[in-house]
Amino acid sequence: MHADLAAIIAPGFFSSSSVRLALVVGALVAIVAGTVGVFTVIRGQSFAGEALGDIGASGGSSAYLAGIAPLWGFVGISVAAAGVMELIGIQRARGRDLATGIVLGAGFGLAALFLYLGTLSSTTGATVTILFGSIFQLDTSILPLVAVFGAVALVTILALYRPLLLVSVSPELGAARRLPVRLIGGLYLLAMALAVALSAVTIGAILSTALLVGPAATALQLTRRPGRAIVWAAVLGVGAMWLGILLAYDSYDWRPLHHGWPVSFFVVTLVLVAYIASRILPARSATRRG
Amino acid sequence: MFSGFMVNAWIVATIVAVVGGAVGFFVVLRGSAFVAHAIPNGSFAGAAAASLIGINTLIGLGVFALGSALGIGLLGRRGRHDVATALTLVFALGLGALFLSFTVEYAPEIYSLLFGEVLGISGNQLGPTIALAAVCLAALVLLYRPLLLSSTLPDSAHARGIPPYTAELAFLVLVALATTMTVPVVGTALIFSLMIGPPAAARAFTTRPLAAVALSIVIAVGVAWAAIALSYQTNWPVGFYVGVISAASYAAGRTWTYARTRRPRKRHRVVVEAAFTP
Repeated sequence: MHADLAAIIAPGFFSSSSVRLALVVGALVAIVAGTVGVFTVIRGQSFAGEALGDIGASGGSSAYLAGIAPLWGFVGISVAAAGVMELIGIQRARGRDLATGIVLGAGFGLAALFLYLGTLSSTTGATVTILFGSIFQLDTSILPLVAVFGAVALVTILALYRPLLLVSVSPELGAARRLPVRLIGGLYLLAMALAVALSAVTIGAILSTALLVGPAATALQLTRRPGRAIVWAAVLGVGAMWLGILLAYDSYDWRPLHHGWPVSFFVVTLVLVAYIASRILPARSATRRG
Repeated sequence: MFSGFMVNAWIVATIVAVVGGAVGFFVVLRGSAFVAHAIPNGSFAGAAAASLIGINTLIGLGVFALGSALGIGLLGRRGRHDVATALTLVFALGLGALFLSFTVEYAPEIYSLLFGEVLGISGNQLGPTIALAAVCLAALVLLYRPLLLSSTLPDSAHARGIPPYTAELAFLVLVALATTMTVPVVGTALIFSLMIGPPAAARAFTTRPLAAVALSIVIAVGVAWAAIALSYQTNWPVGFYVGVISAASYAAGRTWTYARTRRPRKRHRVVVEAAFTP
């Protein structure tokens, strides 16, 4: 029994402090991203989420340049980008993708510049860390920051829950009920910016949409009820995160390389596999019944 | 700036801009900015894989660009298109991260793949780029009418024997083709900028499709040339200039539309208000 367990979980997994920190931060981030993500999927704003993550890379790299924690940079730039998107009218469905793309292009261009300037001053793997994440190298001081930003995003979603749901499903109905559609959308975009920034710290800026959209889209395949979907998304997100961390930890012993595989790769793959499974399985049982 | 090794850069950049501007017209028409972002970015993994097993970068880029295009097409057939695009993209990028962790590639090389490197264009890339561009433009000429019809009036195109799904797949493959050749110049991260900024600006100036394609190509070539010249002068990444100048061209288009439509609308409003004043 013990030997079986040791084959699955490599020795030292739970006693390593960086693994424990990764598990805690990963779980917090996955819960926030899953909760916020359910609305991203309902509202069809995956592209905005992707854009906020990519633009966040410029924040992460400028934080490196300034010598502060990258999370501050991710959050600052993502929130600013959300503000710009809101200003040029990204909430309107018509031309929304285009406007998102333009903001993303300009923001990603800036990221290119900052990363370039950053790699000039330091030869460490800052570029790879910002873009693809390295959850095992987090510092303990990040934990309170993650908790606070995560709490702000969750409280925003919970406080807006019912009006946000109505506005997301039918903006016309929301407007007819005199709900401030634009204000709600703007606040939601801010919550999304926070969730994406948190996600960027764990699995990297350009992969951060995986945690936002993947578990939520899978959850919405499993249930039609938004409340349950949020719970499912959080559970699936935490599951993918923890399993990803475990696999990455185990991969140090895998032949022939004996060289750790990136956590982000496992998390992203697990998220995609879960989504494809949720798409295929119900369809099959439905045809069997019919 | 125009010395021997830079000549290749100018030629390749011009070809890239012509193809990007032309394909971009359909990207903007179909509102597929996300796809235009996802396919080139996903092909980044291909470049990483190519350097891992030591084959030509273009082959790696091509395989992964086509793979991303088909992944988006298949996953997005039923269900949410934007979710399928996002998940295909992050999976490809995750694979890229894995391949990178296997190589002993230095950060600057990863960086130039993502954000472009003018001086990185060598003479032996010229042949494949021209060939790919020719294929891409030929496909565009062949597909022009059916794709235009399917993009603007999907129902009547379907009635005439052009199923929307086939048109979508053809379009995705077209973007994948264009991506494969453009990545080595502008980088995976910013090529989509060249595919949406100039065409979006062009559409603000004209409503006729062919004129818009032509204008889009002209603006894209202008953006690419300016980006290369500035990148050469300052040594800053090409991607930065492409992203920012493309956005500026879009802003110019928006301003033009705004300035042109503002006055008549205002007059109209005054008339309406006068009619309702008791």
